[in-house]
Amino acid sequence: MNYLRRFTQQIKDYPSAVVGLIIIGLLVAASIIVPLRIPYSEAVRLWRGGDDIWADYPRNAWPKWRNWFVEGKLPETIRFSTAEGDGNPVIEQLSEGTKEVKYNFEFDFPFDEFPPEINIFANAIYNEKQPFVEMVWITPDGREIRAGEFSPSASSSFRFSQDSRLQRRLERETGIEGVSANQGLFDDPEQEGLQVLKGTYSLEANTLLFEDDSEVDLTFVSYGLVHGLAGTDHRRRDLSVALLWGTPIAMTFGLLAAVGTTITTMSIAAIGVWYGGWLDGLIQRLTEINAILPLLPILIMVGTFYSRSIWLMLGVVILLSIFGISIKNYRAIFLQVRELPYIEAAKSYGASDLRIIFRYLIPRILPLIIPALIALIPTYVFLEASLAVLGLGDPVLPTWGKVIQDAFAQGALFNGFYYWILEPAGLLMIAGIGFALVGFALDRIFNPRLREL
Amino acid sequence: MSQEAIQSSAAQQEMLQVDVDFERVEDEERQARKQAAIRLVRYSAVKIVALFFTVFIGVYITVLVANMGGYVDEIRRGMIRETVTLAATADQEFLKLPSEQKQAILAERIAMQERRYGLDQPFILRSFGYLADAMTLRLGFSEGMTSDSGSRQVRNIIMERLPSTLVLFGTANLLVFFVALFFGLTLSRRYGSFGDKLVLALAPTSSAPGWFYGLFLILVFAGLLNLLPFGGMVSAPPPDNKIEYALSVLKHMILPVTAVLISSVFLTIYNWRTFFLIYSSEDYVQMAKAKGLTDRMIERRYVLRPTLPNIVTSFALLLITLWSGAIILETVFNWPGIGQLYFRAIGVYDTPVILANTVVYAYLLAITVFLLDFVYALVDPRVRLGGGEQR
Repeated sequence: MNYLRRFTQQIKDYPSAVVGLIIIGLLVAASIIVPLRIPYSEAVRLWRGGDDIWADYPRNAWPKWRNWFVEGKLPETIRFSTAEGDGNPVIEQLSEGTKEVKYNFEFDFPFDEFPPEINIFANAIYNEKQPFVEMVWITPDGREIRAGEFSPSASSSFRFSQDSRLQRRLERETGIEGVSANQGLFDDPEQEGLQVLKGTYSLEANTLLFEDDSEVDLTFVSYGLVHGLAGTDHRRRDLSVALLWGTPIAMTFGLLAAVGTTITTMSIAAIGVWYGGWLDGLIQRLTEINAILPLLPILIMVGTFYSRSIWLMLGVVILLSIFGISIKNYRAIFLQVRELPYIEAAKSYGASDLRIIFRYLIPRILPLIIPALIALIPTYVFLEASLAVLGLGDPVLPTWGKVIQDAFAQGALFNGFYYWILEPAGLLMIAGIGFALVGFALDRIFNPRLREL
Repeated sequence: MSQEAIQSSAAQQEMLQVDVDFERVEDEERQARKQAAIRLVRYSAVKIVALFFTVFIGVYITVLVANMGGYVDEIRRGMIRETVTLAATADQEFLKLPSEQKQAILAERIAMQERRYGLDQPFILRSFGYLADAMTLRLGFSEGMTSDSGSRQVRNIIMERLPSTLVLFGTANLLVFFVALFFGLTLSRRYGSFGDKLVLALAPTSSAPGWFYGLFLILVFAGLLNLLPFGGMVSAPPPDNKIEYALSVLKHMILPVTAVLISSVFLTIYNWRTFFLIYSSEDYVQMAKAKGLTDRMIERRYVLRPTLPNIVTSFALLLITLWSGAIILETVFNWPGIGQLYFRAIGVYDTPVILANTVVYAYLLAITVFLLDFVYALVDPRVRLGGGEQR
C-alpha cells in the first residue's frame, strides 16, 4: 500500500505518464466493455454476416462527425421500415379480397449533397396473386412525381436509379439530360444545374394486396454519404464494429506477447547466469543467432503455409523471441544480483538451484522489467497490424490492421476516403503512444540513474 | 675544456641513444600495426564464420517451417519437371514422337530425376539437400510470377528487385545514422535545452513502424497537397534522360525515406545522446577540458571515440528492425523492391518466391551485421590491441 502511494506520488511528476495512464485505462475499459456489449459471435456476424446484415448501410460513407467540421453538409442515411412500424399505414378494403395499404414516409432533407442511392426493399407474402406497389414522390415545393411501380416477390428490391421510365420523367422535370434518380428527385428545378432542394420530402407507397392474408413489408432507404460514428467500407460494413472489436484484440495480443516474451527471456537469462559455464555460453550464442533471424519473414511463411489464426501467430512470436536480444540486458542485471548476500543466505540454507532462480533471482528484478514490458506492448500491437496489412490478418476477427489493409487494397488514400485509414491508424497511434509514454516514465522512476540524464 | 668535451660527447652519445630508440619505437610501432591488422583479420574471420553459421541455422529453420507442409518438395518437383521438359523439347527426335509416348518418356525421366535428387529419401536427409541449395542461392522456379524480363527463375526475379531495395534503405539508413549522430552530439552539449526536451518527448513515436508514418505522409503530401507521388519508384513513363530519371527516383524516395526517419530517428537520437552524456562525464574529459583543448577536439577524441562501439552496436540492432520493416514500407509505397515482392508472392501463394525471399533476407541481415561488425572492429581499440576478445 505504502509502495503504491509512493508510486502515485512519483508518477505525478510526469504529466506525460498521467496522459499515458489515462489512455491505457480507456483502452482497457474498452477491451472489457466491448466484448460484454457485443459478444464475439455477434461481432463476427456483423463483420462477416453477408449482404443481409449491411444492405441498409451506404457504401464508403464518411463518419457522421465529418459534418461538424466541413462546410457543405453531407446527407445522412434515411431509413423507414414498415416492419418496424414506420410509415403510418392506412388500410382500405377495396373489395372482396382486395386491400389497399397506404404508407407515407416523410422526412427532412437539410443537406447540401445528393444521396448516392435510393432503394426500396420489399418482402411480400402471397399465395398466387402478386401484390402491387406504386409510389409517388412529393417534393417540398409540392410537386408530385410518379416514382415507379413494381410487383414485389418474397424478397425484392426497387432501385430508383435503375428505373428508366422514372429517369425520363425526371429529365423532363429537371430539364437535365441523363439525370439519375437519386439526383433528379432532390433537384430544385428553379435553379440552374443540379442543386439540392432542402425541405421535407415524402414518399407515398400504395400497396395493393389481392389476397386476404397477403402482406408486404417495405423498407425505404435513402443512403447517406455519412454513416454512424466511424463510417462504412466498400462492402457497406459499419467500421465501428471492427474498430471497437479491434481494441480488445490488439490489447490481448500486445499484452500476451509482451508478457510471454519477457517471462521466457528473463527465465532463460536467469538460468544461464545461475548455472554459468557452457550453458551460459550456449544461451549467449543462441541469442546472437536469434537476433539475426528474420522474424517477420518467418511469420509470413507460417501465415501463408499453415494458418492465419492470430493465436498461432502469437505462439510463433513468443517462440521466436525466447532467445531475444533482451537476454543480454537481463543477464547484466542478474550478474549483479547473483552476488548479493541474500542469495548467499539462500544457498547456505540449502535452497535448490531452481528455487533460487524462480523464488529469489527473478522476483528481485521484476520491478525493473515492468517499464520494458509496457514499452514492448505497442511493438506487438504494431506487429499484428503489420501482418494484417500484408494480408495475413486473422481470417475471422475484425482488427485495426485488417481495416487498414482493406482501405489500402481499395485505394482509400488515392480515392480520398481518408477516414478509412485515419480511424484505425489513429487508434493504433493512440495505443502506441499511451504505452510508450508510461513505459518511458516508469523507466525513469525505476532506474534513477536515467533521471539525471 | 676537457670537461666540456666529455660532456658534449656524453650528450652526443645520449642523442645517439635517442636515435636508436626512435628506430626501435618505429619498429615496434610497425610490429604493433601488423599485429593489429592480424587481429582485425582474425576477428573478421571469426565473425564471418559465426554469421555464416547463423544464416545456416536461419535457412534451415526456414526449410523446416516450409516443408512441414511439403512445400519445398513441391518446389523441387516443379523444378525437375521444368528442366526435364525443357531438355526434352529441345530434342527434335522427341518432338516427332506421338503424344502418349512423349508423356510416358517424360514421366519416366522425371521419376528418374526425382530419384536422383533423393525425393524418395526421408525428410531429414532431403532437408540437408534443400539447405545446400538455399545457401548457394539455387532457388528454383516460381509458380507463376515472372521477373520484368519474363524469367521465371526466382533468382532473376529477386536480383531484379534487390537494387531498388538497397537504394531506398541504404539512403534511409545512412541518413538515420548521420542525423542521429549529429543531433545526438549537439544535444549532449546542450543538455536540458528545449531541443533536448523535445527529442525526449518525441522518443515514444518510435514505437510505431515506418509504414505507419508512411500512411500519414501519403495522405498529407500526396492526397491533400498533391506535391509528391503516391508511390512507385519513377514516374510513368520513365524519363529517357539519365539525370531526369535520377531526379524522378529522388522525388519518389522523399516520402519513404522520411517515413523511416520519423519512425526511428528520435529514439536513436535520445539513446545516443545518453551514451555521449555518460562518456562526457568521465574524468579524462574533465582533464582534457582543464588542459584547455577546444570543445571540438574533446568531442572528437574523448567523447566520440569511446562511444562509437556502443553506437555501432545499437545501429546494428536498429538496422535489423529496419530491414524487417522494409517489407511493409515497400508495400505501402508501392516500391518495386524485394519487400513488395513478398507482398505480391503472398497474394498469389507463390511458395518458391516466398521461401527464396526469406533466404535472401537472412543473407541481407547477416551481411549488414557483418559490415557493422567490421566497423566495430575498426573503431574498438580492444579488438585492435587485443585483450578484449570477448565483448
